[in-house]
Amino acid sequence: MSLLEVSGLTVHFATDDGPVEAVHGLDLSVGAGEILGLVGESGSGKSVTGFSILRLIRPPGRIVRGSVRLDGRDLLTLPEEEMRRIRGARIALVPQSPRTALNPVITIGTQIARLFELHGDLSRRAAWNRGIEALDQVGVPDAARRMGQYAHQLSGGTCQRVMIAMALASSPQLLIADEPTTGLDVSIAARILGLLRELGTRTGAAIILITHDLGVVAETCHRVAVMHAGQLVETGTVRALFRQPLHPYTRALVRSIPRIDREVALEPIPGAVPSLLHASPGCRYMARCPHALEVCRKNKPSLDVVEADHRVACHALEANRAAVA
Amino acid sequence: MTDAATALPLPAQRRGPLAAMWRRLRRNPVTLGALGVIVVLTVVAVLAPVVAPFDPEATDPAIALSAPTWQNLLGTDVYGRDQLSRLIHAARLDLIIPFASTAAALVIGALIGALSGYRGGWVDQVIMRMVEAVLAFPAFVLAMGLTAALGNSIGNIILTLAITQVPIYIRLIRGEMLRVREMEYAEAARTVGNPSWRIVVVHLLPNCIPPLIVQATLAMGFALLTMAALSFLGLGIRPPDAEWGEMTAEGASHMVTGEWWLFVFPGLVIMATVLAFNLIGDGLRDLLDPRMRGVR
Repeated sequence: MSLLEVSGLTVHFATDDGPVEAVHGLDLSVGAGEILGLVGESGSGKSVTGFSILRLIRPPGRIVRGSVRLDGRDLLTLPEEEMRRIRGARIALVPQSPRTALNPVITIGTQIARLFELHGDLSRRAAWNRGIEALDQVGVPDAARRMGQYAHQLSGGTCQRVMIAMALASSPQLLIADEPTTGLDVSIAARILGLLRELGTRTGAAIILITHDLGVVAETCHRVAVMHAGQLVETGTVRALFRQPLHPYTRALVRSIPRIDREVALEPIPGAVPSLLHASPGCRYMARCPHALEVCRKNKPSLDVVEADHRVACHALEANRAAVA
Repeated sequence: MTDAATALPLPAQRRGPLAAMWRRLRRNPVTLGALGVIVVLTVVAVLAPVVAPFDPEATDPAIALSAPTWQNLLGTDVYGRDQLSRLIHAARLDLIIPFASTAAALVIGALIGALSGYRGGWVDQVIMRMVEAVLAFPAFVLAMGLTAALGNSIGNIILTLAITQVPIYIRLIRGEMLRVREMEYAEAARTVGNPSWRIVVVHLLPNCIPPLIVQATLAMGFALLTMAALSFLGLGIRPPDAEWGEMTAEGASHMVTGEWWLFVFPGLVIMATVLAFNLIGDGLRDLLDPRMRGVR
């Protein structure tokens, strides 16, 4: 059994026109020490999934069905007080925009030290020193001085390092990194990703890396889960998925990665993520799919195993195999 | 080489936020002047027994209703009490009462407003309807009614002024809370397992302070004015305690007989003080504007 097992997760957001199904029947699992890439374009439900695992979906959003098991315990049925003690301690989140995730009126040091006080039961002074160590570990130069500064005095990369240091403060079993490299230039992004990878191996924490960048996934993750319109369309090892992308959406994503080694025209994916209000009973990718069949209109494809640890949700498997062959 | 680099001074970062504030304040003579007025008044109020030339309650029928002379710089009243000394002693009540009531309203209003804004839902609905009920009364009419009902002791006047102000702070902080609770740092505070009260008090309230300070300063002027008006109507501070509004009221009865100094000076003091508070409030609004941050 894996460290984290999400099954049948369904999240609705209430709107005036009815519920929007942001995540539908999602199954996911991550083992200790594993890095799972959760990819998909904007609005595909990646971040909602991340926040659902922490049970931090706020109204009008609501987790309707499903279970999120950490070490076999279903987090969705825990009392709020227990859940609060899991957040930050056993599951940590690296937020999307590090600069705005730091409180502008509290010094970096106070924010970090507080975590050690909260989860480590340390004295104020000891917590402060642990904070300096934590910053040192993630490669923040001049950590002792940074502790006394405010978020606006730090660079974007340093802010992200601070966020990672804070997420790791309590040595969590699961780290959810929500697009940790958005807004950072490539060299800083590469270092942040390297840092995550290194921490995964060193602490044995499971990492869910939410991103829309397949390049990042190829470089950092062990396994990938591709989301489209709130559903999982394909999951597998990075190797299998890049060598044989069986879902037309995954293929389209792979084809939209710019290459420098070959002269290939970039192919944009036609259309946009369909509206999830009154979602069709059939396949949600149908309108954008080149291989759409008649069954796709009526029946939702299930996530079927095609190979060991490679699962795809598509009716047109034959056409897909032909396309990658 | 590295040694030389680390040895370089870092002037911009060594200066604290207060120093930066002071630098900007110096460029704003109006606010600085207003601040000076309040500082001087406060010092005078604290040192009243030392600064005042006479005992404010000592009567002397021989010099009753004397116009300003070298001895009694601002003249005397019907009982021959020195008006300057009375104005100086009155500064104590006239600063302490608005200050105490504003401070009380601020703390209570901030807490209730934070609860209302952060929790939302029915809690918010109930609190907001209550706030609207209080605000439905014109503030001064409400203050008059409350002092008339409670009796006009100093404690009751503070209470009354606080009650008329509290709804303003509740609304202000509620609005700020609605804004900051959606900020990512609020989300981040939740993701690390902080309890709600801590998120509100430690993480969110400090981010709501600037508009609160501005409002409080403006409210000081308003509270002083309300108190003076209450006293003028005989619902505030009672004689023989000196208070500017009450002194103006006494002076007003002499308007037709020509003893102008009795209402002009207390009136001027009230005007100057209220104006000073309002100017400071205005200045602070500019000073605390986030768009002004970093401007040197």
